[in-house]
Amino acid sequence: MAFKNYILVCGGTGCESSRSDLIYRNLIEEAKAQGVADEVQVIKTGCFGFCEQGPIVKVLPEDSFYVQVKPEDAKEIISEHCIKGRPIVRLEYGHVEKKAYEEVEDIKFYQKQERIVLRNCGSIDPENIDEYIARDGYKALEKALFEMSGDDIINELKIAGLRGRGGAGFPTWMKWNFTKQAEGDVKYVVCNADEGDPGAYMDRSTLEGDPHSVLEAMTICGKAIGAHQGFIYIRAEYPLAIHRLEVAMKQAREYGLLGKDILGSGFDYDIEIRLGAGAFVCGEETALLQSIEGHRGMPQPRPPFPAVKGLWGKPTVINNVETWANIPVIITKGGKWFSQIGTEDSHGTKVFALTGKICNSGLVEVPMGTTLREIVFDIGGGIANGKKFKAVQTGGPSGGVITEENLDTPIDFGSLQRIGSMMGSGGMIVMNEDDCIVDVAKFYLNFTVDESCGKCAPCRIGGKSLYNLLEKITQGKGTQEDVEQMHTIAHAMQKGSLCALGQTAPNPVLSTLRYFPEEYKAHIEDKKCPSGKCKKLIQYQIDPSKCIGCTACARKCPVGAITGEVRKPHTINSQVCIKCGVCKDTCKFSAISVH
Amino acid sequence: MSKRMFSDELDAFINTWAGKPGNLIMVLHKVQEEQGYISREAAEEVSKRLGIPLATIWGVVTFYHFFKLNKPGKYNIQVCLGTACYLKGGDAIIEELGKEIGLEVGGLSEDGLFSLEAVRCVGCCGLAPVMTIGGEVFGKVTKDQVKGILDKFA
Repeated sequence: MAFKNYILVCGGTGCESSRSDLIYRNLIEEAKAQGVADEVQVIKTGCFGFCEQGPIVKVLPEDSFYVQVKPEDAKEIISEHCIKGRPIVRLEYGHVEKKAYEEVEDIKFYQKQERIVLRNCGSIDPENIDEYIARDGYKALEKALFEMSGDDIINELKIAGLRGRGGAGFPTWMKWNFTKQAEGDVKYVVCNADEGDPGAYMDRSTLEGDPHSVLEAMTICGKAIGAHQGFIYIRAEYPLAIHRLEVAMKQAREYGLLGKDILGSGFDYDIEIRLGAGAFVCGEETALLQSIEGHRGMPQPRPPFPAVKGLWGKPTVINNVETWANIPVIITKGGKWFSQIGTEDSHGTKVFALTGKICNSGLVEVPMGTTLREIVFDIGGGIANGKKFKAVQTGGPSGGVITEENLDTPIDFGSLQRIGSMMGSGGMIVMNEDDCIVDVAKFYLNFTVDESCGKCAPCRIGGKSLYNLLEKITQGKGTQEDVEQMHTIAHAMQKGSLCALGQTAPNPVLSTLRYFPEEYKAHIEDKKCPSGKCKKLIQYQIDPSKCIGCTACARKCPVGAITGEVRKPHTINSQVCIKCGVCKDTCKFSAISVH
Repeated sequence: MSKRMFSDELDAFINTWAGKPGNLIMVLHKVQEEQGYISREAAEEVSKRLGIPLATIWGVVTFYHFFKLNKPGKYNIQVCLGTACYLKGGDAIIEELGKEIGLEVGGLSEDGLFSLEAVRCVGCCGLAPVMTIGGEVFGKVTKDQVKGILDKFA
């Protein structure tokens, strides 16, 4: 029977950590208590993407989009909305935003998005296979098993022009084709869900919101290349995604969609989960395979490529979660349909995790060719707290910064590379005027130094040397020669490192040097940090005209650096000051500033 | 020895994985899930059970950040220092924890109640800065809230 209302509660990690789980349980309880349990169905879905406004609850058929919902709001949602038919205005996004919206699609955050990968996230219960099937799930697998040959499937991907979404953008059909043609009776399919880029969570949300799409795609690949075993290599830090995958695999087996003789086609295929253990380098395909085999995750020289000699020496296809999630739709709707979305260079859409100093943090999926300006200012709502935009970093620790002048660049694999960054897996971190660009470069280098496996010298030694030079500059001891040396080291790392981690590690340094030379100059020549982040280069000062001598700061200062008489302006002894910033946070009269 | 070292569940888990290729990391995960860390004794036991040299096991344990060599506190605090959290002041939370309960990254509080870890991205970037205590996630944390959050666990 049909229900009168469907209540969709976001069950993504972001919203669950703001107690959406309790909202879900309260709604069910309230529906029972108020006697409408058979009229209202409460469903826990995957991520809606609009994490900034979470927890999110959507009520159908009115399409009411409730934001920042609290567990105690459950009672009112049932009694007012479901029983009396009066949407709760105070919870509506339009109310919070102080604007009126007719439909969810009118919300600016969603307007420019096109959801292919995230097609089911926020719409279905990821722990119920029937809901996936009701939205054309496993239709592609059926088509692939009964109507298509392996070459047909690969050809469809070729027409689609799908490129790997893990960062490198290698054509997916070629990977599959090489593996299919490689000799060997045992072949493997691997899903790379080792999303290690700090600031990116697209894959996590996809797996949490729509796990079957990945299982279906991996099975299609098995049929195409002649493999009977798949592995999902996923971060152990993603317990919810692992749980949803396990549930999905169990249900798929019960339905005969995984295991022996799938749908009576005679084709056998199964999937196993293997856990990562917190090593960024394992996102690199050869290191990932080492890790599945139970070894230290050290990259291996290529060739041979995994397509020829992969897992346990057998031909192996490795694709990233987002790439997999595209595939069922391509098979169902056809490669031609897919190829019409996006740009000449890159077809389809890309999911970004938009975070940092932005109004609307969240998960966004846009057609390739959308400009950065549209993402940052239209979808993201611009910079939070009225601050000024400084840069956006794509590609995480392997990418670079993009500044105001390049904001109108349409996003695709080629154009991002031309402006010194890269697509990467989809992290997009927005920085404002308060962020020191040298410090950001140092942050990324610290990350890659920490994550270098240590196997090859250019990465192991070069990374550390670059980090040390950046540290020197942020301490005000840098010289112009250091900058030249950084270029030399960066070049050596790019040319000499064994894997992409080392080859791309200098990118944050090179791109910040290219776009913010004046900021490096300020650190080196003027010994100043313009954004006031580098502690060695700043001084706290009290403006005597604003200080009323309340002594609040002097009492809070942990080292007794502030002196002065009551009701008279105080002073900070810069020799003693440790630049902790407590005084500035304490002062109610904005008398303390950073120089 | 083995019966005292691991629970029945863990024993059974090891037995199902014993013959499978690539089992080491999966087994280590299960050991850490049960015991909170990988002790020398546990590693020796795994070595015997799987027939993998101790040196190899130690090589794997020390390579991956996720595996811990020291016993964590009753509540393990993770402060995210992924990019989004770093830019929004994740380091200030660590400083504040240092002031509140004298914890340093990698350290254990005197009463054994809290241990502190700096982690790379827990995947809640929309809620930055984020910290987790005993698996519970706290988002948009400010310095002032740290004490109140800790009090819930003390």
